Amino acid sequence: MRWRFKTDLTENDVTPEEVFRARRRFMAAAAGAAAVGVLAGRTAAASRSDAVLKDEPTRYEDATTYNNFYEFGTRKSDPARLAGQLTVRPWTVRIDGLVDRPLELSLDDLLKEMEIEERIYRFRCVEGWAMVVPWNGFMLRDLLRKAGVRKEARYVAFETLLRPSEMPGQKGRLLEWPYREGLRLDEAMHPLTLMATGMYGKPLPKQNGAPLRLVVPWKYGFKSIKSVVRITLTEKQPPTTWNMMAPDEYGFYANVNPNVDHPRWSQATERLLGSGLFAGSRPTRMFNGYDEVAELYRGMDLRKYF
Amino acid sequence: MTFAQTPMGRTGGMAARIGRLAGHVPVATVYVVGILLIAWPFMQALTGALGPDPVRTLEQKLGLSALQVLVVMLALTPLRRFAWINLLRFRRALGLTALMIVSAHLAVWLFLDVRDPARIWNDILRRPWITVGMAAFLMMLPLAATSSGAAIRRLGAAAWRRLHMLTYVLVPLAAVHFVMVRKGWQIEPLIYLAFIVLLLTLRLEQLLPRRRNKKRSRP
Repeated sequence: MRWRFKTDLTENDVTPEEVFRARRRFMAAAAGAAAVGVLAGRTAAASRSDAVLKDEPTRYEDATTYNNFYEFGTRKSDPARLAGQLTVRPWTVRIDGLVDRPLELSLDDLLKEMEIEERIYRFRCVEGWAMVVPWNGFMLRDLLRKAGVRKEARYVAFETLLRPSEMPGQKGRLLEWPYREGLRLDEAMHPLTLMATGMYGKPLPKQNGAPLRLVVPWKYGFKSIKSVVRITLTEKQPPTTWNMMAPDEYGFYANVNPNVDHPRWSQATERLLGSGLFAGSRPTRMFNGYDEVAELYRGMDLRKYF
Repeated sequence: MTFAQTPMGRTGGMAARIGRLAGHVPVATVYVVGILLIAWPFMQALTGALGPDPVRTLEQKLGLSALQVLVVMLALTPLRRFAWINLLRFRRALGLTALMIVSAHLAVWLFLDVRDPARIWNDILRRPWITVGMAAFLMMLPLAATSSGAAIRRLGAAAWRRLHMLTYVLVPLAAVHFVMVRKGWQIEPLIYLAFIVLLLTLRLEQLLPRRRNKKRSRP
């Protein structure tokens, strides 16, 4: 039987589209708001104070202008400002390593062959902010099965595009480029693990990792590698960028865990993007609220394997 | 006249013109600028102009402004010595303004960001980056408290000067705090730190002879 995606986010957590649009209209200070606009605007305003700390999808504008994508610079606004120059078509992703059939697939192949669905996921950055994003994408495991995972394979390694001419951040040495990430095979095969090709029903914006990125909702955001060009099945745990840079701060697992603090700040709470100056923070949940992955780590000391 | 005190006694040229121009600027301007440096980003945060994470952005903006004011303050002595521009009369105002902005920075962290008293205490003790920042803040307090002419007279010039050497510790600490807050070794905070070290190095020459000339306190 086909695995069905389950989520504790209900319809009620999703802002009705008219409210969404009304709010945007409201923000733009459009004159002569239609009756529905006024009504919806009021609803949005009334629910804002208590809804801000609930899982309401982050505004598209917020999710696309506040990004960590060091290939384009270290400021949150750099990716939105500079990613425009990135060429995302043609785009090829290579699946190699311990697979039966190494593949080279274009983005169009993927969009045609994979089953694209929408998933609304919480997203928690290691820095202590969070958002809720409706992604469009396919399960990584479907792609890996297409290539045929050999039984010696234990890990999956990912690589971001290396193209300093279009990614100015790669001219600096802050990180060792290309950006690399990795998952244990069972994490990669978990049905929650998504390869996103879009968000909010639109193609993935370049600052959010176009045209193809990983989304692992129960791990800190840096695990969800952007603009992926290579997926390699390996026997050994692959080196991963932030872990190489500061192994005491960024573990290989990087599961969202309110009980294991980052050495420099607490992970107990998170600020929800778009919640305003006075909203404060909300408690961070174990595995970012995705309890169904707990079984992957049964018996592991999550303080040691952070 | 201010520029009569410049080491070379030079009055013509660019430096003198800047000095003369600055002579017309009331010291209170510094405080006004300081208040604007707090009020402006706060207004921006309220109106959404600081983006989706206004608490963090406001916190960072205030911290950076405070550091910048400290750097300007630290640059005054080298500026007089090497560029013959005397702006020393702004120094106290700059120091107090820096403290004002740092206080706002701290207030945002306490009341808008962390909020939880237990966690605040825990953070101060256990997170080196916050410990360092807090140490720099605490060092500013006695300096602000003794910033008046009366305090100088009460303490005596020598003791006062010794106390205010804390500046040379707290400003680099503030920059170290900035370096530590960033992920990885980012260039921007390192430039601030390097510049501050340079400004302090330019003083070494001044500090050392003075120490040598001082009467020995021990037999």
